[in-house]
Amino acid sequence: MKVLKSLGIDAGSTTLKIVGLDEERQIVFSIVEEPDPKIEEQVDALLREIGTRYDTASAKVVATGYGSNLLRADEKITEISCHARGIYEYFKTGGTAVDIGGQDNKVMLISENGKVIDFMMNDKCASGTGRFLENTAWRLKIPIEKMADLALKSDGEVPISSTCAVFAESEVISQLSRGHKLAHVIKGLHRAMVKRIGGMIYAIGIRPPLMLSGGVAKNRMVVQMIEEETGETVLLPEDPQIIGAYGAAVLGL
Amino acid sequence: MGLVNQIKYLTLYKIIGTAVISRQTRKSLRHYRLPRGWREDILAPPLRIGAYTQQMIAKHYLEGRYVNGVKPVAWVTSGAPIEILKALGYYILYPENHGALCGARKVAQEISEEAERDGYSIDICSYARTDIGTALSGKTPVGKLPKPDLLLCCTNICQTVLYWYRVLADYYEVPLIVIDTPFVYEEANDHDIKYVKRQLESSIEVSEGIAGRSLNFKRLKEVVRASKDAADLWLQCLKANRRKPAPISVFDQFIHMAPIVEKRGDPETVDFYARMLAEINRRVENGVGAVKHERKRVLWDNLPIWYRIRFLSESLAEHGVAVVASTYTNAWGELAPLMDVERPVESMAKTYTYPILNRGTGHKLRTMESMIKAYSLNGAILHSDRSCKPYSIGQMDQRLKLLNERGIPALLLEADHNDPRAFAGEQAVSRLKAFVEMMEA
Ligand code: SF4
Repeated sequence: MKVLKSLGIDAGSTTLKIVGLDEERQIVFSIVEEPDPKIEEQVDALLREIGTRYDTASAKVVATGYGSNLLRADEKITEISCHARGIYEYFKTGGTAVDIGGQDNKVMLISENGKVIDFMMNDKCASGTGRFLENTAWRLKIPIEKMADLALKSDGEVPISSTCAVFAESEVISQLSRGHKLAHVIKGLHRAMVKRIGGMIYAIGIRPPLMLSGGVAKNRMVVQMIEEETGETVLLPEDPQIIGAYGAAVLGL
Repeated sequence: MGLVNQIKYLTLYKIIGTAVISRQTRKSLRHYRLPRGWREDILAPPLRIGAYTQQMIAKHYLEGRYVNGVKPVAWVTSGAPIEILKALGYYILYPENHGALCGARKVAQEISEEAERDGYSIDICSYARTDIGTALSGKTPVGKLPKPDLLLCCTNICQTVLYWYRVLADYYEVPLIVIDTPFVYEEANDHDIKYVKRQLESSIEVSEGIAGRSLNFKRLKEVVRASKDAADLWLQCLKANRRKPAPISVFDQFIHMAPIVEKRGDPETVDFYARMLAEINRRVENGVGAVKHERKRVLWDNLPIWYRIRFLSESLAEHGVAVVASTYTNAWGELAPLMDVERPVESMAKTYTYPILNRGTGHKLRTMESMIKAYSLNGAILHSDRSCKPYSIGQMDQRLKLLNERGIPALLLEADHNDPRAFAGEQAVSRLKAFVEMMEA
């Protein structure tokens, strides 16, 4: 049985992520699931299941994310520290890390030796987060994974001026009823979201390289637009969604 | 009517009320007990002086209940030059302090909704909304507020107060004195001070007319002396926090600042702060810190978040973070040296032109920087106060400058001084924790 040294759990607002590391700091497995309302039971069940496949006797459990209050863990560390550590460990460089999650965005400045120098999060409003796209996708009955494809293939763009996730949704509907093409409107929606993220990046001051994480970083349109918006080449991990859990696991080593 | 009021004032406030309140104070001093649920593991017990703070506040509002028809009543802004009114025997009510009290007692939202129902926008200062809500509905946790005979509004804190006091003047149909203080970018010009002085001088006649007596300059000097002495002692209380561990936290200061704001100019306020200083000095001698395991020391910028003081104090103390100094509590002490008992009106003109809120954002940044140095601080929490624009403007740049030019980590914490709807507890706690992790990394 493979020995796990550390387990990182990121109980986010829209997804639950677990990453296991061995003593060589290598990722042994990762899990991404939708969170149940009873997240503590869900995590317990997952950990039990992991325990049947690996030797977890000496593994330290580190939890992060909004749901972490409800979880049993050896240590609880904020998302800022976990994401920053995850991205630093992955790319082995300081810079600006941007995590675009389901309900919140974080921008972190990381020093050359991996310390967080500054950070910013959206506080009161989910604009510019995954919810921004999700709301509209749901309303238009388009699977969320298809949104990026539609936008990427679009030969035009209709500006969406609302930064509010709720108003943007109605703006999309009204643009469609004016006869604009769906793909154009969806592309405009991506742009509105990215502008909002850009605002956060600028507020903190960009230090290259720009590194992305979070579920929304899997959306290629978003990544491309962030590059256009900032003029920086984006570094993207293979699975951006698990970076927070990975960072938590690294901090547990 | 006058006589009935006098009798009520004498019996219910002076004789019975005062005796009951003083007895309560003695009792709580004799049988000192920690407040319920007090986190002894992370915090020193509250200051003993708290019994007197409560006593002063209770007496003040009790007097207010029976004062109409006995003394002239003035409602004033927090930075108003009250010494002339004090010398004329006015009872002085500070709607902002009353607002803070409503905030701390967690009724400010309900009261400001009364104003919102009347059409006042949620974007207006939440003190103004709380005050107007009280005026409209009569709701207050202190029983009843006295009606004003005079309003005194000084624009040295913001322009909101001007419109707010005009609303009050209209509502209560009483005279409004406006003391307009020119904004100070670097230093005030002589003509600025003269301009304020002239306004103060011409306010005397109106205030005398309502009080029905003339100003006695000897009395005015006594009041200025008491204001100066109290402010000076207050400053010494704050400066004691230069020591490690800090004997009191800024959250303590928020609670014990009530007298320096609303009882400034009274001799008992001088005694109060002398006593507070003595208690703080005892803590210093015994090496007692407000936060039990002080590891990091930070600055607080902007108003308190009144409805979450204890929560924030505990959330930070849990990580060994002591909030040691604040630009806000400092504002009531830093001007003490400007007061001159021999030139009361002129020095008042200067003192009341120089509050931090009447000065440029660069000045605030420099104040923060010098406090960070003087108090050996590791970081700064900038409360971005949704409905207090003048205090919050510039914080984005101030934060970046502290970080990039001084290497001081600084957190922008979004909330509101009195409106809990602008505060997201869950988010705030995670920001604070991330900030602590960042300071410690
Ligand atoms: S806006 Fe700010 S300075 Fe003006 S009264 Fe309100 S809290 Fe005070």
